[in-house]
Amino acid sequence: MLKMTHLAKVYRTEVVETYALRDFSLHVKEGEFVAVTGPSGSGKTTFLNVAGLLETPTGGHYHLDGVDVSQLSDDARSRIRNEKIGFIFQAFNLIPDLNVFDNIDVPLRYRRMGGAERKKRIGESLERVGLSARARHYPAELSGGQQQRVAIARALAGSPRLLLADEPTGNLDTQMARGVMELLEGIHREGATIVMVTHDPELAVRAQRNVHIIDGQVVDLTEEPRFHGVHAAAHAQSAA
Amino acid sequence: MFRYYVWLALRSLRRNPALTLLMVLAIGLGIGASMTMLTLFRTMSGDPIPQKSSQLFVPVIDNWGPDAHSKSSEPEQDQLNYVDAMALMRAHQATRQAAMYQVGFALTPADPQLQPFQVPARATYADFFEMFDVPFEYGNAWGAADDEGRSEVVVISRKLNDKLFGGANSVGNTINLDQHDYRIVGVLDHWAPEPRVYDVISGTFDEVEDVFLPFTLAIDRHMTTWGNNNCYDSRLPGWDGHLQSECIWIQFWAELPDAAQAQRYRSFLDNYAAEQQRSGRFHWAPLTRLHNSREWMVVEKVVPDESRILVLVSFGFLFVCQVNAVGLMLAKFMGRAAETGVRRALGANRRAVFLQCLVESGVIGLAGGLLGLALTALGLLGVRALLSEDLARMAHLDAGNVVIALLLAVVATVLAGLYPTWRAMQVQPAWQLKAN
Repeated sequence: MLKMTHLAKVYRTEVVETYALRDFSLHVKEGEFVAVTGPSGSGKTTFLNVAGLLETPTGGHYHLDGVDVSQLSDDARSRIRNEKIGFIFQAFNLIPDLNVFDNIDVPLRYRRMGGAERKKRIGESLERVGLSARARHYPAELSGGQQQRVAIARALAGSPRLLLADEPTGNLDTQMARGVMELLEGIHREGATIVMVTHDPELAVRAQRNVHIIDGQVVDLTEEPRFHGVHAAAHAQSAA
Repeated sequence: MFRYYVWLALRSLRRNPALTLLMVLAIGLGIGASMTMLTLFRTMSGDPIPQKSSQLFVPVIDNWGPDAHSKSSEPEQDQLNYVDAMALMRAHQATRQAAMYQVGFALTPADPQLQPFQVPARATYADFFEMFDVPFEYGNAWGAADDEGRSEVVVISRKLNDKLFGGANSVGNTINLDQHDYRIVGVLDHWAPEPRVYDVISGTFDEVEDVFLPFTLAIDRHMTTWGNNNCYDSRLPGWDGHLQSECIWIQFWAELPDAAQAQRYRSFLDNYAAEQQRSGRFHWAPLTRLHNSREWMVVEKVVPDESRILVLVSFGFLFVCQVNAVGLMLAKFMGRAAETGVRRALGANRRAVFLQCLVESGVIGLAGGLLGLALTALGLLGVRALLSEDLARMAHLDAGNVVIALLLAVVATVLAGLYPTWRAMQVQPAWQLKAN
């Protein structure tokens, strides 16, 4: 699904070059739930930006869903972002002037989807995150947890191949964070591929696999995935 | 997507009403000022007879000589004297032709309840009406035989017909002008050429006269001109002296349907002037001109240079207003960089961001245009209060001006919005999402 090979991302100014990512290689298989951890400034967000085609790498190769997306045009990257990637941000990043329905509608509009299809998908997404009754509410009228659920619904509405979550519970209290994590786990169990950046080890441990980044490099790649939920039961049976 | 962008634009404008009001006000003021001036300018410089303006010509003959020229070598005359006008009429070198001058009468209504009143009139030839495509409500123009026979016939305006006959068909009735009865042969339909193309010398923007009568009859009855009369040298006394003088007071129009005929008419004029030189009347080399009606408007400075300058100044003001709008739009578009970042992350390409901002600029422009139209109407009210009655009558917003105002507002604002739009397009989603 996501394959980065010897990837580099360098920020250049007139006097200094900063390596945000260097010789960065990572392979995320379809259906995996990977947690990316690391200290502040380690390159987690840069990795997520490159993975989400919000930034282009300065070296190496990045294949997404079998396609080399390292050096695509802005138009092509926008299309792939719209069709294949769902974003969940720490700060939710909902548009305050649009109600819940219209916020979820945004990526579908850019896909030029018909009105009926958009309405159906928005309804299903809202139902999936348990906020069907809040469709006409504005973000300011919702709790942090509910806003993040709307953001997840927005990410899910386009049926993306890859969900990228950047500290999805970073702005939430423990109870709300638990609810959002359970939602993400549920989405993963339904087959979604999720890459979650977090600095919280307790959240990271709930993913199948942890990737640790320091100074822009992967330093600890646990090859053996830890399964849980339905996958864990299946794994236990096959081991027996 | 266009409807979506319009919807987003309207929401965006409602989000910050103060900023929106400032932008709309800036554009509206610019449009109001420029459209007020442009409306006046367009009316003054309009072509009232576009279908024939290239076929209607004014001949000019220098009957005063080079001593009368002020600076240029161009003839100063803008009318003909009686001798030349009659010579051109007799030669009949044009498809249609008409000498004319303005006269006036005291009209005594048949209805004793009505007081006598003055009416401006025009003495001309039968061809006048067909030459200028004059519309008739009732009856027709008089014929060439009436010109020859000096018939006591008139064509009256619709306004006068409404006043005297309540708008009924008055053809066959008579009206009393300066104690003479004249038979009405035709009533004009609404006709208000702006400018009054056939006589831009005495009352460029005046209303069309209320009465038209045969030129020959007016001369027979010694009707003096109510218009412009220019004399360069001394003249003999009396009516005949006036007719034989070099005073210029007659407008002359010739209809020449094609370039070949116009060229032949030029040669004819040159030959005529040369003949006058040979006969001893002109002591100078022949100097003639033949202007079509559009050229004639320029020669006669129907649109004063000051008007052009005022239009330029008003458009300069519009430019300043648009520069202000650029700043305000820049603030608006960059103020929502975070939203733009989110949209980019969710799949909007740069073109989509560009179009969204451009449509918003257009909507702002349209709102500014509507305000500008209201201000233009106010401006024209002010103009009416300041200018002469005739100019004031012309100062009105027609459908064409409304379309121009709205188009101008939208196009100018979209152009002004290009830079802010381009800046918005450059928003790096990764930075905005992180900053958010």
